[in-house]
Amino acid sequence: MVARFLTLKLTLMGNTFLKSVWQTIGMIAAAVYALGVVVILVIVVGALAFLEDPAWAGLAITLGGALTVLGWWLIPIFAFGVDATLDPHRFTTFAIPRRTLVAGLAVAGLVSVPGIATVLVALGTAFAWVLEPGVLLVALVGAVLGVATCVIGSRAITTVLAPVLESRRYREVVTIVAVVLVVMIGPLIGWLTNGVEVSVGGDSDGGAGTQILALFEQAAAVVGWTPFGAAWSLASTAHDGDWAGLVGRVAVALGTIALAWLVWDRALARALVSPPVGDGGGGKAKGLGAFGRVPFTPTWAVTARTATYWLRDPRYSGSIAIVPLLPVVMYFSSQSTGNFFMLLATGPFVAWILGFSISNDIGYDNTAFALHVSSGVDGRADRWGRAIPMLVMGPLVSAATVVASVWVADAWHLTLPLLGLAFGSLLVSTGVSCAVSARLVYPVAKPGESPLKSPQGAAMATIVAQGLGFLVTLGLSVPVFGVGIAALLLGGVSWGIATLAVGVLYGALILVLAVRFGARVYNSRLPELLQQVQSFP
Amino acid sequence: MSDLPATLGAMTTPVDPSPPGGPGPHGAQGLQASPEPLSYDPSAALSVRGLWKRFGQKVAVSGVSLDVPAGSFYGLVGPNGAGKTTMLSMATGLLRPDFGTAWVHGVDLWARPDEAKATLGVLPDGVRLFDRLTGRQLLTYAGMLRGMDKDTVVERTADLLQAFDLGADADTFVVDYSAGMTKKIALGSAMIHAPRTLVLDEPFEAVDPVSAANIRDILKGYVAGGGTVIVSSHVMDLVQRMCDHVAVLAAGQVLAAGTVDDVRGEQTLEDRFVDLVGGRQHSGGLSWLRGS
Repeated sequence: MVARFLTLKLTLMGNTFLKSVWQTIGMIAAAVYALGVVVILVIVVGALAFLEDPAWAGLAITLGGALTVLGWWLIPIFAFGVDATLDPHRFTTFAIPRRTLVAGLAVAGLVSVPGIATVLVALGTAFAWVLEPGVLLVALVGAVLGVATCVIGSRAITTVLAPVLESRRYREVVTIVAVVLVVMIGPLIGWLTNGVEVSVGGDSDGGAGTQILALFEQAAAVVGWTPFGAAWSLASTAHDGDWAGLVGRVAVALGTIALAWLVWDRALARALVSPPVGDGGGGKAKGLGAFGRVPFTPTWAVTARTATYWLRDPRYSGSIAIVPLLPVVMYFSSQSTGNFFMLLATGPFVAWILGFSISNDIGYDNTAFALHVSSGVDGRADRWGRAIPMLVMGPLVSAATVVASVWVADAWHLTLPLLGLAFGSLLVSTGVSCAVSARLVYPVAKPGESPLKSPQGAAMATIVAQGLGFLVTLGLSVPVFGVGIAALLLGGVSWGIATLAVGVLYGALILVLAVRFGARVYNSRLPELLQQVQSFP
Repeated sequence: MSDLPATLGAMTTPVDPSPPGGPGPHGAQGLQASPEPLSYDPSAALSVRGLWKRFGQKVAVSGVSLDVPAGSFYGLVGPNGAGKTTMLSMATGLLRPDFGTAWVHGVDLWARPDEAKATLGVLPDGVRLFDRLTGRQLLTYAGMLRGMDKDTVVERTADLLQAFDLGADADTFVVDYSAGMTKKIALGSAMIHAPRTLVLDEPFEAVDPVSAANIRDILKGYVAGGGTVIVSSHVMDLVQRMCDHVAVLAAGQVLAAGTVDDVRGEQTLEDRFVDLVGGRQHSGGLSWLRGS
């Protein structure tokens, strides 16, 4: 039976190869990448063991292993819907004993690129102890236990949380949190390494290395007793000859696996008899909302709808949540270099990103766009309607960013030219978005899906559309940039006012022309646009 | 490519539209239409001539011509994959035909789309809705897109919500609606501008019997008031009871068209349909299923 699950999973994987060339290429790329990571990790650990001290390798395995377990347990919570090939609900109607089902799903869970990579790394790094056969044996057992902890724990958590994960409200919140986390990873790592440097940087040359090692040793000693690191720390404990500790850690590792298995088994039993249902309550919004506050014309209808979506659809609100973080990211990166150029560039950059964010609006509508087609909405109404919320919100946000950045950098004399650059890029990029989005539509996450999930096989279309939009925006922004750079170099209030004037007036001109062009394209391609979004995978 | 159908429309539109010819009042012209000059019926609510559409290797619709008389309740039936949705999409401006065109109350849809679409209400099948809006907001949005004034939109939204029994869920997001409720709100969005012709693709799918009966009453009243309804459906029984005209579509072609009584003759519509389309299996089949 377990073998049959394995075959099923392999067949499903094989079928994705047959389905699309791009998917195959993506899969192969992922496999090659994973293999590269495996080889590098094994070599690094091996080098640590043979060139330095095996104890170092033990530290690396313990801490790295704990991180791996953490990843296996936590990532599925955020990346919901990424791998549902063996959803237990699909086996409800088959009379499979639960014990068999659990074992089958556990083994099948290993058959994936990350699963195989984890197994290879776990076994490969165990050979760091090849000079001590007894420890090697313990290490191999530890590797098997560690991989089991990863897979079974991961399944237990997703199955327990499945009822929660299926609720739309939860998915929306988690989506935004995940997007924010992804953006913040870089600065967080920078901040952490800074912190470590500061805490060990007290005494110089030679001391720092041992201090870091001491820090890691302390961390490993603690982590080795937790469910995350216990299995991975067995070998180094045996290497140290700490037999009482070894017994204790084996107990922790086995206990973790047993507990996870039990939880998973229970959760699965419950899941099999309670099919997935949507959350009954659902969201509510009183009255007409934005629709009640605008004039009753098609243009303002699209405006109100767009504004509502900006707040309510996580695919939009996720990208809004990023905007206030960009200055923070820039702040950290300029702090580490001591150069405020990046920070000062944030205002115009945020403005540009904002305008660019509506460059695939019809792709985001997906087939709901049919309403515009059957109603025969005019191109001007559609284009302006989608641009107006941006033209209301964009200047406020980019002005606030500019003011914040000059305040932090204490460069108030640059306020005017930066504002001019920001408004100029906002208007130009909004205009280009309005024109490009009527011509180039590419697949994005569907309504209700995680924005982190990019559709398979869309990479090429996305690159072409975004690249073209980027180049056109850049080309059309040259006059604003020219005056702006002159103002930044030469200084003086009159140059600042000139940049502001050029930014606003020239940007507005480009916007009007681009929207007019976009509207013409839209009107002539209305059914083709719908056909394009209908053909999305 | 994009202006090919437009030129085609201009080329084939007769300067002086002759009265409708062909066999029978609304006979099956689909099979003979291609060689004849494309003359359309100016009095028809919807008149399509020589519609063709190909997707890659598959020809979805091959030379369909149909006349839907104004004031009729017209059923469009056919097996899965017959080209019903493709045909209706081309007749309502959602999909550009490879060849042929459609006239909505005498207005060439593909030459003057805005004018033609203003008199059409469309319920497409298999498309999403703007489901992050509440039911009330979605109806309002549909009304605003049609350029209606505020008082009318507000009044008709309330009426539609009540008629479709969605009053209690007016402030719930459409994404949280059941399949049947979603169908009803989509139907409401297609009706809010009081079109002269309603084109409904599978309007009763997933709708509960009580709501379906309500919708049928609404549609009957609409037809009695001079409107035209075109529905596609799998349910023959429903079409036979509800519609006065019917067209049978299979493999992208019209097999029969006319009044329901003409098409079905002495048989029930379902039997006639099976005769026309074929594919019924008369062997015993699955004998092992009976004994257990």
